[in-house]
Amino acid sequence: MPWRLAKFALSSRHPEPRMFTRHERLKSAYDVVIIGAGGHGLAAAYYLARDHGITDVAVLDRAYIGGGNTGRNTTIIRSNYLTPEGVRFYDESVRLWQDLSQDFDLNLFYSTRGHFTLAHTDSAMRTMRWRAEVNKHFGIQSEAVDAKAVAEAVPMMDLSCGGHSPPVLGALYHAPGAIARHDTVAWGYGRGADRRGVEIHQDTQVLGIELEDRGSGPAVVGVRTNRGRIATRRLLCAVAGSTPGVLAMVGLRSPIYVHPLQAMVSEPLKPWLDPIIVSGSLHVYISQSARGELVMGASLDPYELHSTRSTLDFAESLSAHMLELFPFLSDVRIVRQWAGMADMTPDFAPIMGKTPVSGFYLDSGWGTWGFKATPVCGKTMSHTVARDEDHPLIRAFAFDRFARYALTGEKGAASVGH
Amino acid sequence: MKILTCPINGPRPVSEFAYGGELREMPDPARATDAEWTDYVFNRDSAPGVKREWWCHTSSGVWFMAERDTVSDIVLRTYLYSKAPGASA
Repeated sequence: MPWRLAKFALSSRHPEPRMFTRHERLKSAYDVVIIGAGGHGLAAAYYLARDHGITDVAVLDRAYIGGGNTGRNTTIIRSNYLTPEGVRFYDESVRLWQDLSQDFDLNLFYSTRGHFTLAHTDSAMRTMRWRAEVNKHFGIQSEAVDAKAVAEAVPMMDLSCGGHSPPVLGALYHAPGAIARHDTVAWGYGRGADRRGVEIHQDTQVLGIELEDRGSGPAVVGVRTNRGRIATRRLLCAVAGSTPGVLAMVGLRSPIYVHPLQAMVSEPLKPWLDPIIVSGSLHVYISQSARGELVMGASLDPYELHSTRSTLDFAESLSAHMLELFPFLSDVRIVRQWAGMADMTPDFAPIMGKTPVSGFYLDSGWGTWGFKATPVCGKTMSHTVARDEDHPLIRAFAFDRFARYALTGEKGAASVGH
Repeated sequence: MKILTCPINGPRPVSEFAYGGELREMPDPARATDAEWTDYVFNRDSAPGVKREWWCHTSSGVWFMAERDTVSDIVLRTYLYSKAPGASA
């Protein structure tokens, strides 16, 4: 053991600052309470403190910082969506991402790799051209490329898919596609918020939400937790797969449904894969991390489940599809596998902003596309909470859009598997 | 869950089944208000708990009900759907 570490362990003064301040007890009231200390919740706390001067904020988490979907995704960041609302929103997020390491003074290992969405059929190629045109219209670098361009960028890929699936005809290439170290995102936002006076309370479970109706509809007045009651009039819910449970506490129904999304990583390999590869037809996505591990994911589990168990079926079917593209991986070992609970919506867009319960703000419906949106969610939700008015970028994602039959059409670009 | 019991074909591997979603009663389209109809079309009861769900044994085409705990993934029982008065489903 190095001498410095031994001295640190033995010292009672702990001379080096900790990442976060530990608060022994909850106060009896806060300006704003945020449920969920993941990337989204902590980002909202960070921007509330930094941009809106609201620092009397408590962020509650029933487990630990970044332990939910923030730490369970495959870290892909991109903005090549299909609808104008989606493209504008995610483009702002990519822009925020690029400066985050500077903002935090913490290395996010943000790595711009380029992103290929493979097309195996003529109709998929048509969708890629459509997405490229929408993207270009909004000034985002995307283009439809042919199979030769894919082969040049990824010489190890078997474009014929071994004859088991339709061959790769081309792709949508999105140059700003990137990956980042996901835990650091939560830690960076958490530390930034903590230093500005926000309190982060881990191991604090919300048991109920207190509402009051003074004639103008229900309004939030407090939160009951396993560590006591908190009075607050502004409550932000950023809990991904646990959203339906929290909505039940305030008596709201929503179209959100929860299916697990699994992922896995291989043993570390020498660098051979620079870009991020996605194939909707094969239901796979893959990138190589800075450590050399292949980070791989597939489509949602086929039925509703509120659990983060992982299955052998998933590892088998994902591996089979991966081998169609990269047959030489057949003797590479899988070292870890995990799952997160994805809060899906019928139109593959989030549900954000104000709700029929006054003072209850929702940042949900993040399904399989939430990590890349972390910074812009923090920005827009902090604006929404501070001013009690939906940020212009999230108006298309309003809670009441289903009642108005004003759904967004993001299904073709949000994830794989459909 | 690895094995699901089809009421007709008995216990079979779960890969032979397709999930059909939670059992939901359709309101009368002629009488439902817009709000009731929207609620039926979009909203789901997605909080964790024991749910009555549609499942299909795809190789024989049998649709049936399963009562399943969506936290532990344990199936409590399966049976054929029946709308007769006094029936369990």
